[in-house]
Amino acid sequence: MTNNIVEKSAREINKMFLNKEISAKEIVEAFYKKIKLAEPSISALNSLTEDLAFKQAEVLDKSISKGEKLSPIAGVPVIVKDVMCVKGYPATCSSKILESFIAPYESTATGKLWEAGAICLAKSNMDEFAMGSSTENSAFKKTKNPWNLNTVPGGSSGGSAASVAALEAPISLGTDTGGSVRQPAGFCGVVGLKPTYGRVSRFGLIAFASSLDQVGPFARNVYDTALVLQYISGYDPKDSTSLDIEVPDYTGKLNSDTIKGKKIGLVKELMGDGIDAEVRKSIEKSVQIFKDLGAEIVEVSLPNVKYAVPIYYIVATAEASSNLARYDGVKYGYRTGGAKEILPMYMSTRQEGFGQEVKRRIMLGTYALSSGYYDAYYKKAQQVRKLVTQDFLNSFEKVDLLISPTCPTTAFEFGAKVEDPLSMYLSDIATIPASLAGLPAISLPCGFDSKKLPIGLQIIAPALGEELLLDASYAFEGVCKFENKVPVLV
Amino acid sequence: MITKQQVEHVAKLARLNLTEEEKELYTEQLSKILDYIDQLNEVNTNGIEPMTQPIPTVNVMREDIVKRQFEREDMLKNAPHEEYGFFRVPKIGE
Repeated sequence: MTNNIVEKSAREINKMFLNKEISAKEIVEAFYKKIKLAEPSISALNSLTEDLAFKQAEVLDKSISKGEKLSPIAGVPVIVKDVMCVKGYPATCSSKILESFIAPYESTATGKLWEAGAICLAKSNMDEFAMGSSTENSAFKKTKNPWNLNTVPGGSSGGSAASVAALEAPISLGTDTGGSVRQPAGFCGVVGLKPTYGRVSRFGLIAFASSLDQVGPFARNVYDTALVLQYISGYDPKDSTSLDIEVPDYTGKLNSDTIKGKKIGLVKELMGDGIDAEVRKSIEKSVQIFKDLGAEIVEVSLPNVKYAVPIYYIVATAEASSNLARYDGVKYGYRTGGAKEILPMYMSTRQEGFGQEVKRRIMLGTYALSSGYYDAYYKKAQQVRKLVTQDFLNSFEKVDLLISPTCPTTAFEFGAKVEDPLSMYLSDIATIPASLAGLPAISLPCGFDSKKLPIGLQIIAPALGEELLLDASYAFEGVCKFENKVPVLV
Repeated sequence: MITKQQVEHVAKLARLNLTEEEKELYTEQLSKILDYIDQLNEVNTNGIEPMTQPIPTVNVMREDIVKRQFEREDMLKNAPHEEYGFFRVPKIGE
């Protein structure tokens, strides 16, 4: 009964736990056993939080034996991206500069999960400070894509995506700045959701680009995705950009019929030459599925999305150069040895503590904000960002949702794009636009290419349109049945 | 385009003690990236308000009350060098 628990969804695990078919302790043991089997192949995790997991399990098992009413997420194990603070455990951002950092407080999103009875299993690998699209920028390890160990899992939340695909946990948390949840979800064949900017508190999430960063869930099905969103959403006085708007009943209202009669726009600019032919074909099949489900499909043009990548690499790097100024070797993290004065100490600490991509982005962002260039780059990028957002607003006057591929290709091989940063940046071409506009967007597995690598379908909704986004996804899942497909690890 | 001198200046601003090799590499890579970014210049942005945040929010005000959220001891635990309850740093100026 319990030996295949790792294959179950979060919903099923919770049901089994509430029905006393399995104890929380047994759940935790089963997942750690699976983690120990899978990790040598995929290296998705930076650290385990075993003390915490068993402590949480003990509390849960006591509660259930006392007959207390527990939540629909109680007993469900979660893996957390190493950019989020779990009190008393490392939060490394997969960077040498935070290698020894122990979080002194809890992030709001994770705190809400633990309070509801979810269990923290581990912290997952990522691109250093969430900068990257392959998780190759981790200072610690290379996470492998469970579908093909020679390919990357995507990034920056590569560890969170790979761990859920490899059954190390039914759900995980990632963060998405320009596609860092959706793109790895696409590469690893799992569901990944970036909520509306402000839907989830960013408190305790180590900042990369503050006007873009958003916490989002990974899962192997739509219900589980909605379940996580349900618990992490909501206003937080500790994050003044979190939205003080009521959280709808995402799981209770999941309905695959809502999509009937809805208008869906296929984004013309994201179906062109830059998109791999097999990916395009798979998206066309998905379009047919939505038609069969009763939706009307129209082609939509977002003329300014072609500028999304250049805008992003100014706005995100400018914000990053400011956010990462705090790593100076004084208050926490790595400090260089032997410097006798403060300025050389700062310079060497940062030089030695940051990896190549992080330094490259700090340089780019500092340049864009420096005297004489601010108007030409930062202000200009913010103006075009407004035009991209306007394109979305215009399109949502005509359609209810937008669809596109999540990524222009399927997972690529290790080293394929490391030497050419620009080619790596372009792998986020389809995910960055919704980030710039702060819109909710999801990646769903929609098929496989001839190399047997997963293809991701992206759906974008208007701000705070998560309910329709999830309903459409739920309907699509009902036809596509992707939750039954899991990789076989050798 | 960005010159090696500009890269050196920016590295100083960013407090990065780059190696000669990195200066060369970043001059080349950042030039390429900036050339790509320059396509933004083809967009007419006259009269467009710069977008500073994705979702309109207002300033959040609260009473100016001191709250003790963290203990000094806990906050010093991550310090690379701590002494007498303070962050110890190398000499600042003469």
